[in-house]
Amino acid sequence: MDGAGGSAALLLLSDGRLPAGGYAHSGGLEPAVTAGRVTDMSDLERFLVGREETAGLIAAAFSAAACERSRRGELFEIPALEAELDARIPSSELRRISRELGRQLRRAMSAVHPHPHYDALGAAPHQPVVMGVAAASLDLSPRDMALAILHETNADAAAAAAKVLRVDPFDVHAILARMATRLDRLAGEAARAAQGPSADLPAPGSPLADIAAEHHRRADVRLFAS
Amino acid sequence: MFVSSPPEPAPHANHMVARAVLASELGPDGRRSRVSRLRSDGPLVLRPSHPKGAEPLTHRRTDAARVSLAAGTAGPLGGDDYALSIHVGAGSTLVLQDVAAMLVLPGAGGGRSRMSLDIRVDDGATFVWWPEPIIAAHRCDHTHDIRIEIAPDARMILREEAILGRHGEVPGNFASRLRITRGGAALYDQRLRFGPSAAGADGAAVLGDAGAVGSIIAVDPAWERGAPPADPYDRGAALTPLAGPAIAIGAVAADSLALRRLLVRGLDILGGPWIARHNGKDGS
Repeated sequence: MDGAGGSAALLLLSDGRLPAGGYAHSGGLEPAVTAGRVTDMSDLERFLVGREETAGLIAAAFSAAACERSRRGELFEIPALEAELDARIPSSELRRISRELGRQLRRAMSAVHPHPHYDALGAAPHQPVVMGVAAASLDLSPRDMALAILHETNADAAAAAAKVLRVDPFDVHAILARMATRLDRLAGEAARAAQGPSADLPAPGSPLADIAAEHHRRADVRLFAS
Repeated sequence: MFVSSPPEPAPHANHMVARAVLASELGPDGRRSRVSRLRSDGPLVLRPSHPKGAEPLTHRRTDAARVSLAAGTAGPLGGDDYALSIHVGAGSTLVLQDVAAMLVLPGAGGGRSRMSLDIRVDDGATFVWWPEPIIAAHRCDHTHDIRIEIAPDARMILREEAILGRHGEVPGNFASRLRITRGGAALYDQRLRFGPSAAGADGAAVLGDAGAVGSIIAVDPAWERGAPPADPYDRGAALTPLAGPAIAIGAVAADSLALRRLLVRGLDILGGPWIARHNGKDGS
């Protein structure tokens, strides 16, 4: 299978230590904690599951779709992909953050592993789109990329949990372990959707995350940018 | 899936299939809009109507075509398949309201109920869609699919409200999708799922312990150079500009009354013609 030899490259892309700014974000956890909606471990688990099923799946499907189109050399599809992703993020703050992270990731990847496809992206492409193009440049498959995005979605929030909640890190990782098969299933769903038209990519909404993100931007005291 | 429900008996072929059609056009005087096509079907009863309750954009306008949608029977019930096609013709103004909330219920023979709305808003038209809430009853299994294509110089405002069960009741499975394209390009696309098979919907990223969720979408070519700025005006609500000449007001609340209040506040922030003003004595 294509990309089967790219395991090390996959680890490189999905590592939170990749200098692309992800560490500054809690994946919506800090805004949810600030709003008083996540106070204990069962809240945290429901938050993480809900997030993976919505924003996580969208990011995974769009990165897989960008990877698929980049692998096929169909970069003319990227603007429509960007518009479809915009349409799935009602929060202007979350759109801004996605594009800011995309800009940082492109800068990082252009330095780490240059590829002409990065030039075809606009000034501030969405982060999942850049991820997908980066994955294609490293010969990774859309499903690999979807899984990496889903992993990163959880890992960012789990790392932030230790800072914004009073939690036992073993308990947090027990949640992640329980979610492993869910992430595999969502990665498969994202990869299947990536084969189809951009208009049919998943569009699960997360109303509370959208609202909390807009409040968070205006918060006086915050550890994370989102 | 609802594991405690008994095995479903073989469904009887008494499911409702309804296909209703509604269209408006600009009249011969070039000013007044009129209903050019009105086809009710079974439970989907469309009637020309007078101004009712609060209306944004078209307050007291007598040149708009007004239609109300009434459910002729309870439901949709599991197995039912309803579709409504709406065409707002070039330059015309159509206001569509509901007579009452829609209660989606499980069917005797099980199965999923489905309602699809396919809407086209043409050049220079105005569409005001101001329905009542959809209430997802216990053990319902409902899919609500709304597709709207709006021309670049048309205006639109719509409201959607979903209530998670009747009073004190756990809702069944509910899935909705609202996809709006403008001049063929994606503008807004959101799917919502809740109920026993929607994992994580009760989490703090999606709906938490809310009993009602809703939104208002407004599209106006006058916002081509920038829609109104974001305003998270309540702990459970925010007005945000979309990536186009449009805004979304999203709200999550304990119940339908609190949700309605939040959405009304959002419209007040939007201001101007968007404020929903009362046309009659109706208190809604």
